[in-house]
Amino acid sequence: MSRAPFSVIGLLLFACLATSPSRSDELKDLYFGEALYHAHQGNFFEALERLDTEVRQHAELDEPELDTLYYHINDAEFSLGDFELRYRMHHRAGRAIRAVLEGAVDEIVRNDAAYRLARIHFQKNQMADAMRALDRIDGKVPVSIRDDIEFLRANIYLAQGRPEESVDVLKKLEGSKSFGGFASYNLGIAYLQDGQREAALTQLDRAGLIASDDNSELAIRDKSNLVLGTILLEDNNFEGAIPYLNRVRLDGPFSNQALLSAGWASMSTENFERAVVPWSILADREVTDHATQEAMLALPYAYGKLNVHGRAAIHYGRALDSFGAEVSKLNESIESIREGKFLEALVREEIRKDKDWVIRLRSLPEAPETYYLMELLATHDFQTGLQNYLDLADLHRKLEVWQSSFDSFDEMVEIRRSHYEPLLPDVDTQFRELDSRMRLRIEQHRMLVQRRDDMLTTPRPEFLATRAEQAILASLEDIESQVQGSDSPFEGSLEQRVRRLKGMLTWTLETEYHERLTEFNENLSGLDEAMEVAQAQYDQYVRARQAATHSFEGYEDPIGRLRVDVRNAVDKVELLMTRQGRLLEVVAIEELVARRDRLESYGDKARFALADSYDRATQSQAMGVEE
Amino acid sequence: MPRFIRTFLIALLIFGPVVQSGAQEISGDDMRSLDGQVQEIKSDVLDIASDLSILEERLLYPSDTQLALFVSIEEDEEFRLDAVQIEINGELATHHIYSFKELEALQKGGVQRIYTGNIATGNHDLNVTMIGKHKNGDDFNASDNFVFAKGIKPKAVGITLAGPGSGNSGIQVGDW
Repeated sequence: MSRAPFSVIGLLLFACLATSPSRSDELKDLYFGEALYHAHQGNFFEALERLDTEVRQHAELDEPELDTLYYHINDAEFSLGDFELRYRMHHRAGRAIRAVLEGAVDEIVRNDAAYRLARIHFQKNQMADAMRALDRIDGKVPVSIRDDIEFLRANIYLAQGRPEESVDVLKKLEGSKSFGGFASYNLGIAYLQDGQREAALTQLDRAGLIASDDNSELAIRDKSNLVLGTILLEDNNFEGAIPYLNRVRLDGPFSNQALLSAGWASMSTENFERAVVPWSILADREVTDHATQEAMLALPYAYGKLNVHGRAAIHYGRALDSFGAEVSKLNESIESIREGKFLEALVREEIRKDKDWVIRLRSLPEAPETYYLMELLATHDFQTGLQNYLDLADLHRKLEVWQSSFDSFDEMVEIRRSHYEPLLPDVDTQFRELDSRMRLRIEQHRMLVQRRDDMLTTPRPEFLATRAEQAILASLEDIESQVQGSDSPFEGSLEQRVRRLKGMLTWTLETEYHERLTEFNENLSGLDEAMEVAQAQYDQYVRARQAATHSFEGYEDPIGRLRVDVRNAVDKVELLMTRQGRLLEVVAIEELVARRDRLESYGDKARFALADSYDRATQSQAMGVEE
Repeated sequence: MPRFIRTFLIALLIFGPVVQSGAQEISGDDMRSLDGQVQEIKSDVLDIASDLSILEERLLYPSDTQLALFVSIEEDEEFRLDAVQIEINGELATHHIYSFKELEALQKGGVQRIYTGNIATGNHDLNVTMIGKHKNGDDFNASDNFVFAKGIKPKAVGITLAGPGSGNSGIQVGDW
């Protein structure tokens, strides 16, 4: 009895702890948003691929604070762990979260990381590690996960066989909005594990009366009532069990088991008429269910007790037909699985388009290989194996697509090479000319700037003379030197005229100096702009030239390496798919053979009971007893 | 016989699951061992995917011509987005019809990369059209024009959509 509740706790916990990346108020990094877009659709591979690349590139930056991911880096690293967890990569998820935990992060962030790490350990059944991770929580805890932490702590205690400590924690959680119902049920289980039987019964009774319209809370309420009813049945308190079993909803997930137990409770008090009621309902339900199969035998047994042997014979006959049909179906299924059709059905495209793929499995076309899929999925190991098989099939498909793209890459690079390579020598010649002209202009510009700067501290009006004025000045200096060396009688008057003319020129240059300097500066500014345009064009040219080379050079090695990596990965995936598939087939066949054996055994009993009922019915008729 | 059946059935009821899980634990160990190997290959393939996407980006969308357009939905918007069409310089760049899952992902804060392509540096016209339904079920169709500048770095343009209100198209475009 103790196994079932714990597996339920585990499942419930898993369902409750699953978190989703929340909507960020101010999304600053589009690529993080893109990863969330994939994750929200359940495409965790794509989400991981996007975010992993982004986080890796961010980590390599010299100035990460200038990157838009900087604002989300903690969220992004958490999300990485979350996505890895949801993609069933517990090893990597643990590493990612541990990295956050060991980094220099805020107290709230560290505590959140510790909780997530504990959750991973719990799911991996590593209870001591899970508790150690929870023990690292210290100081401020995010409000949104306070109850989650305590609920997890209580469940770790339970799994470690420390019910007393679990009780203390769960008592405080009973009022929790998100965990009230679960805590109430788990508290009952904790009391039971602690040997406090009366307290357990009282608590389960309370958990079985919780008012809620939430489906998961209603299910846990049903579970509480079923467990309580079953405990009382084990105590031979049959009358006491019935009210609790009757509390279980007829359309809930625990309905079949409750109906079956209710029937047995009534049978045990020899209230055969009352036993007929739940078993009649149950016997008409889905025949693949264990409880239904049992009810198909139990119902005629009750009729027999009521001395309605004719009706008992009819129901035994129906059960026999039904079991026979079911055994044939099981045989077909076993055969079909042995032929490999089961795995073929699983990897059909339509199943994995939905994140709720388990639900979509229900809509698979009825075929021998899929009749019992949902029943098989009830076991955790089978579900994990199946999910892994489907993930491997997805990886295989991706790898095949990538494999086919390498030839296209090679072709693309080759086309670019054959286009650019012949053009590049001419382009390079022109580039060298442009480059030397550009260097000259840059040097000229530099000298002009230098001259302007010098004139700002030491005025040199002659530097700002126009071309005509410079020519006149040169002529005057020439005349002056000629006059000074001659023996002309007009030397004095000539020198005076030259000085007068030079004076006039100097007057103009001195008086117009500031105006000319301003104009020079304005012209230089205009030249600066022209130089910037020229520099931009030059840079663009350099980049275009580099881009031309980069478009076909440097791809050979990475393409070659990736080609090998993909080929190796394909081999590995195929090997794992074969092993995983084989294991699934073995487990499925084992389960179906066990079902078939049980049904065959039921069939034998039904056949024997049928004959017995006929005998009794005949005897009753002979004795004139009316049915 | 009936007594025997009852004992048999009760035994199944109580001990059935224990026997069943005992039988599966042998396979369970194998499953767990395989699970570790599956996790390893997933990790390897993710690394390959990451390297491949960097290579593809370098090869197909060099940084000096790369343009990426992203679509997101304004927070708390309740309109239903059915489709988006985008034209660049008067030519159809892309269009997308949204599934329920995609719409839900956008409403939860996800950002869709709707287009990646190559474009020359300089100014370009961008026309965004969205088709959808208001909360009251009425159809709407909104369109708006924008200009964006492509420089030498990769260009990312974010398109934020909201239900069209009075006097505005509900379409906003921003540089990233």
